[in-house]
Amino acid sequence: MANLTNLYDVSKCTACRGCMVACKDWNQLPAVIEPFKGNYDTHGGDTNGDTFTVVRFIEGEDPVDGVFWNFLKYQCMHCFYPACMKVCPQGAYSKTEWGATFHDPEKCIGCQYCTYACPFMIPKYRKREDKISKCTLCVDRVEEGLTPACARTCPTGALKFGDREELLAEAEERVKFLQANGFPRATIYGRVELGGLNKLYVLTDSPDKFGLPVDPKVPGQISFWQNWVQPYFGWLIPVALAGSAVSFVTTRILANKNGDHTEGGHE
Amino acid sequence: MTNHIVDLKNTDCALIMGSNAAENHPISMRWLLRAREQRNAKIIHVDPRYTRTSARADIYAPLRSGTDIAFLGGMIKYIIDNEKYHKDYVLAYTNASFLVKDEYGFEDGLFSGYDPEKRSYDVSSWDYQYDENGLPIKDPTLQHPRCVFQLLKQHYERYDIDTVCQITGTPKKKYLEVLEAFSATGAPDKTGTIMYAMGITQHTVGSQNVRAFAIVQLLLGNMGRPGGGVNALRGENNVQGATDMALLFHIIPGYIDSPTNGADNKDLLAYIRKATPGAAKLQFNSLEEFRQLVAAGFPNSGFKINTSKWMVSLLKAWWGDAANAENDFAYHYMPKRDANKNYSHIALFEAMHRGEIDGLFVNGTNPVVGGPNANKEQEALSKLKWMVSIDLWLNETADFWTYPAWQRPVENENVPKLAANDIQTEVFFLPAAAVYEKEGTASQTGRWVQYRWQGADPVGESKADLWIYNELGKRIKSLYAGSSKPEDEPITQLAWNYDDEHGHDDIMKVAAELCGFNVADGLPVEGFANLKDDGSTACGCWVYCGAMTYKDGKVIYKPQLRDNKDNSKEGLGLFSNWAWAWPVNRRIVYNRCSISPDGVTPWPGDEKRVLIRWDEAAGSWVGDDVCDTGKTSPPEKAMPFIMRPEGMGCIFATKTSMKDGPFPEHYEPWESPTANTMNKQNLNPATKVWEPDKQGTPDKYPIIATTYRVVEHWQTGALTRNLPWLAELMPDMMVEISEELAREKGIKNGRKVIVSTTRGDIEAVACVTKRFKPFNIHGKQIHEIGLLWHYGFKGFATGDPANRLTPHVGCANTMIPEYKAFLCDVRRA
Repeated sequence: MANLTNLYDVSKCTACRGCMVACKDWNQLPAVIEPFKGNYDTHGGDTNGDTFTVVRFIEGEDPVDGVFWNFLKYQCMHCFYPACMKVCPQGAYSKTEWGATFHDPEKCIGCQYCTYACPFMIPKYRKREDKISKCTLCVDRVEEGLTPACARTCPTGALKFGDREELLAEAEERVKFLQANGFPRATIYGRVELGGLNKLYVLTDSPDKFGLPVDPKVPGQISFWQNWVQPYFGWLIPVALAGSAVSFVTTRILANKNGDHTEGGHE
Repeated sequence: MTNHIVDLKNTDCALIMGSNAAENHPISMRWLLRAREQRNAKIIHVDPRYTRTSARADIYAPLRSGTDIAFLGGMIKYIIDNEKYHKDYVLAYTNASFLVKDEYGFEDGLFSGYDPEKRSYDVSSWDYQYDENGLPIKDPTLQHPRCVFQLLKQHYERYDIDTVCQITGTPKKKYLEVLEAFSATGAPDKTGTIMYAMGITQHTVGSQNVRAFAIVQLLLGNMGRPGGGVNALRGENNVQGATDMALLFHIIPGYIDSPTNGADNKDLLAYIRKATPGAAKLQFNSLEEFRQLVAAGFPNSGFKINTSKWMVSLLKAWWGDAANAENDFAYHYMPKRDANKNYSHIALFEAMHRGEIDGLFVNGTNPVVGGPNANKEQEALSKLKWMVSIDLWLNETADFWTYPAWQRPVENENVPKLAANDIQTEVFFLPAAAVYEKEGTASQTGRWVQYRWQGADPVGESKADLWIYNELGKRIKSLYAGSSKPEDEPITQLAWNYDDEHGHDDIMKVAAELCGFNVADGLPVEGFANLKDDGSTACGCWVYCGAMTYKDGKVIYKPQLRDNKDNSKEGLGLFSNWAWAWPVNRRIVYNRCSISPDGVTPWPGDEKRVLIRWDEAAGSWVGDDVCDTGKTSPPEKAMPFIMRPEGMGCIFATKTSMKDGPFPEHYEPWESPTANTMNKQNLNPATKVWEPDKQGTPDKYPIIATTYRVVEHWQTGALTRNLPWLAELMPDMMVEISEELAREKGIKNGRKVIVSTTRGDIEAVACVTKRFKPFNIHGKQIHEIGLLWHYGFKGFATGDPANRLTPHVGCANTMIPEYKAFLCDVRRA
């Protein structure tokens, strides 16, 4: 099955945040009303356990072009090779055949390994349930033939949903157009990053101008874990147990024989 | 809108001014961004503050609030000086060539005919020169010193780029970019659209701001063409419908002048003589004689020659059989307004404050949050005997008498402070059904009247507005039933038949009345051309006539049509079978201008955007849109602006069209940090000043304040601040402040500040931003801040209403309050 994905074109986004509300509506996520902190970014520009998607507002000033205000819809990227899935000790994560990274709260134990493994820090801990939550790419809508709630509500057409190959072709056209019309640094994000994301972005400037990592990487320890520890997890247990036993014997019994009593002395 | 929302995709350049379209009309950006994607259209945003619209614009140019006419006047001068105007269009479709009376003049900021006592103009000199046949005299060479074109050129001679930038504070480079980009649409194969909203209208010169747009668009040949137009983005759901139904004091439904108590309105014939253009000098002593004159046609009348048909049909709709030829069609039943009185929002609340008004129905509005000088308006409510509030929630106005309503952030002896037991107003609250809990039509900004079916049942005991007003009408009538007093006849004789056979209100009966029916058989009148002034037709709103049709034994209500196929051959997005647009399903008004004067040749290079063309063989106009001219009038006679007496687009506004001048002239807002350097008048000379003692001066209040909305909330927030997901996104009242001003005042981002004017004080959270910059006005740095419009003390997201700061002063023509430019001071809380 072909990958189904979102294409998000920042040059068409007006930051109306309809996607955020539609997401909360469909997923029945509660509003957490906090005082206004002096920025349109209500959630600090990041997702949280009750907010699967946010629109970031990045304000700045360019010496040549003057003031700019960049908007970015930010949510789970549904990576082709998700780090969250690799580190999850419970196997709570899975990939759907059309590309969504699905998190099953039934299996989740709330260990938060995934949060720290994710290059985007997307999976968020929800304390009241002691579980992780994140964007599902509306798997429950898509599998019923509907469009994800965010893309369904977008008034300007900045957010589309469909076949990844087709949307990638469209993204290439858009980038070409933007580069020729005042945005020389326009680029596609998500085509090659981390081996491919199942969310595509058309950006009018380099990714760092939108708070995205230019070259996202999965932390090195995770590669070690995924490549060495996890595949051999089965025989590592007896090895580890054997190691413990050896250690016990060598440190306790053998040491005792030498009469080296340093512990628990109550004489 | 003269065009419509989908049509934005056909433009080559959009000038968004006085509007934050991306935030307040998100759907407009869908089509505008498509124009950029498909036609490489340019988007220009002119606004005091860099907004979410600016972020999507190709050019952003800042301007100081209240200086739009200076900005546009400079554009008019630039277009003329650089010959950017569309010459053939200007000559054929505008009054540029018309000669103006020698008595007309302009000096020291005053047009001819000014009376300083009354602060108003005698407009008789603002007129054309007429020949012996009573027709306007023209000079097709545009060289005559008294022709409109030369007068225009002369008027805007003072608006050179440097002078303009001194007033508006726009960086010269940016201003030139805007001038160049937008005036390029004067090329015959280009069109440009202007999108505006409250940032243009809510000024003491609001109507003249729009006039300046009209002049620019007429010069550039952008009216009546796809991708062009002067497009008012109507913000509220169905606000277009509300104005069509005359929710204004000076008109009755269908934009007909409302009758007054003056001698010139004493009976139907007098009214017709006054309201019909060109009829004043005619001889007629009966409606029958007048009918013959209309049939023969008379000069300087335009399409409003039919006013008598609209009026008589309206009277028939309202009083049915009791309206007949013998009793002047019950014209004497119609309420007459005092010709010398103003009944606009500010005037009503001033009268209420003086204790002249006993009772008030408040629905779909929330003056305690949204009214200008809200402190005063809240106090005015306390002088009522009773008030009926109809709303979804107990909003701030319904609860104006409660303790939290009178809490203020600082003590201020000039601000009224009442306690609940001081207030004797009896308040009734009627819970109303929300828009999706009832059915009916909503007329959107592009004049499309769209039917909406009910989506959910109303909550609790809440009722649709129709139910509430139908019950009210029936109960008032029953109170008067049996009365034989002649003064009760307007009520006893009132035709009030909106119930179905089960005694429930029937919205289709209302629709049938609005769309018009033949009195004899009750079947729909097929278009307003068939309305009569002999009592054989009844019609509640003539511009809606034709929305209902009778075909194959069935009545079809066209707003219910849902064909989402674009009927236009060139993909212009007319969608003529989706809903219905007034008038007569015309999607783009003045569309005679979409083709060159000969009616056959497209504008050079613009073959695809022709809406109608003359078919010589058929002897009529044909095309994708409904023609906006006489259907069978040959091109040389087919007028492009049929509602005007001279049939032309008015670069020069004649006679009573405007109260404050034939050309827009720059005046400062009522409260301004600077004197007017363009002429000797600071304030628009025709503006009424209600509270002279409340005028803030720059020595005490040096900072300009403006108000606006954000996409997350809607108007006074009654709907949106009660929705947690929206309250979450914009949780508090905030004020946007430049980094420069914040530094000067020691204000930190996210901390609370107090904003004060002569009317009161509010507390708000500071949003210190690069998107606001100080203006350089006549070499002096002037700060401006922006306040959100939406907050009050009810709901999940609360805060002080910005309108506690705004003044009781309004536009000289419409009295819309000057919400957008006033003086304040700001300090740390």
